[in-house]
Amino acid sequence: MNRSASPANAEQLSRESRTLAPVQAMIRSCIQCGTCTGSCPNAFAMDRTPRQLWRLVLMGRQKAIFESKTFALCSACYYCTLRCPRGLPLTEAMGALKQIAARENRVRHRPSTLFHENFIRSVRRHGRVKEMELMTRYWAAVKNPVLPLRFALLGMKLMAKGKVSLDWPSKAKRPLETLFRKVEELEGRS
Amino acid sequence: MRYRYYPGCSLEGTAREYNLSTRALMGALGGDFREIDDWTCCGASAADATSHLLSLALPARNLALAAKQGEGDDILVPCSACYLNLKKVEEKTRRDPELRAQLNEILIADQLQLDGRARVRHLLDVLARDMGADRIRPLVRRPFTDFSIAPYYGCQCLRPYAVFDDPEAPQSMEPLIKAIGARIHPWCMGGQCCGAAHMQTQTEVGMELVTAILQGAKGADAIVTVCPMCQMNLEAYQHRIGRKCAEDLRISVLYLPQLLGLAMGLPQAELGLDLNLAITPEFRKKLSA
Repeated sequence: MNRSASPANAEQLSRESRTLAPVQAMIRSCIQCGTCTGSCPNAFAMDRTPRQLWRLVLMGRQKAIFESKTFALCSACYYCTLRCPRGLPLTEAMGALKQIAARENRVRHRPSTLFHENFIRSVRRHGRVKEMELMTRYWAAVKNPVLPLRFALLGMKLMAKGKVSLDWPSKAKRPLETLFRKVEELEGRS
Repeated sequence: MRYRYYPGCSLEGTAREYNLSTRALMGALGGDFREIDDWTCCGASAADATSHLLSLALPARNLALAAKQGEGDDILVPCSACYLNLKKVEEKTRRDPELRAQLNEILIADQLQLDGRARVRHLLDVLARDMGADRIRPLVRRPFTDFSIAPYYGCQCLRPYAVFDDPEAPQSMEPLIKAIGARIHPWCMGGQCCGAAHMQTQTEVGMELVTAILQGAKGADAIVTVCPMCQMNLEAYQHRIGRKCAEDLRISVLYLPQLLGLAMGLPQAELGLDLNLAITPEFRKKLSA
């Protein structure tokens, strides 16, 4: 990949490398053996294998990393973490990439980010997740009219069994508000 | 042994039968067992996808609550995702006093503190090691001798922390299933991934993983699970997947405490058997035989 070395570009590159630095630190001693790829149940659907992704991370190839869906396809089964001969926290590194994509609001990862954001909002609002509220808000946010239909039958079954309720939870208690604020403060996001 | 019970959000909603059957079984086995007051969400997989610190602070609050309400009690968790989130904080804060101090800085506003002594236990761990097959065997009223059961462990009760089972070749359910007289369905899918939340955000990929598990379970009378997400993925999409690959993949899927409870003669209503999404007519017939 060709990159011109204009000052603006250089500044962007240095900001990018700072973003990736914590993830790079996690996987610094990767020997590219491919055990992670061989162990990954989702590798069949990935555009880059986990092994290739770690190489891109070490090379600081921000654009390629976040254009790829590989980290979003990690289902946190922890096989790679268990088997990595270097003992690297690979599942956590996948999580760290998800966090960056969410923070930077990367378009490619919008649906996953929206799901997680709505989940966390529900937790912040009520202390516990209200599954029906979560799914309704998620579908509304994704703006994909087909998506709710795919789950309509299941939703009706769950309602018939009294497993999800249509009652909107009350707004009275926000038991986690202080915790959320404190976390934001410590992360410098408040 | 005393336990502080952390049901988690799913057990109040889509996994109500896991909650009912866990309570019923622990009661029948004589476990001293109290729910943590005012517990809150562990962050599931969503917190880790948004903020690392939040993903540790949410479970930490519950560990601190449990310690405040029942010092020295083990924390009993039936949901594998909740279990791993809570366990992660237990493991990390034990090794990293700086992290513990940081989390305590967050918790102090609610008059809560982590002392680093919490011990988080999965329901399967408690059933396999504290209760054990020997405690269950004499309580069996309805032997499952004519049943073949496929034990499905999923991921997060096994990995990354190898606490009570072999994370590559799990077996902890087998003595319990044999104790009620059932056979173990021979398969190698027990510790494979069901796709977890992929069903919501990456549906096609999740379907592939579930298909392989359902195909592997063919020939068994039921799959037993120990996680609400595994349970939902395995029970809710059988028709759609069967249509797609033109195969009959219908199979009963039960939570482990439901199966053990049935064998011990606990009433089906107490075990929430009507709440499951996949109990086949064949299974019901065999059960009432």
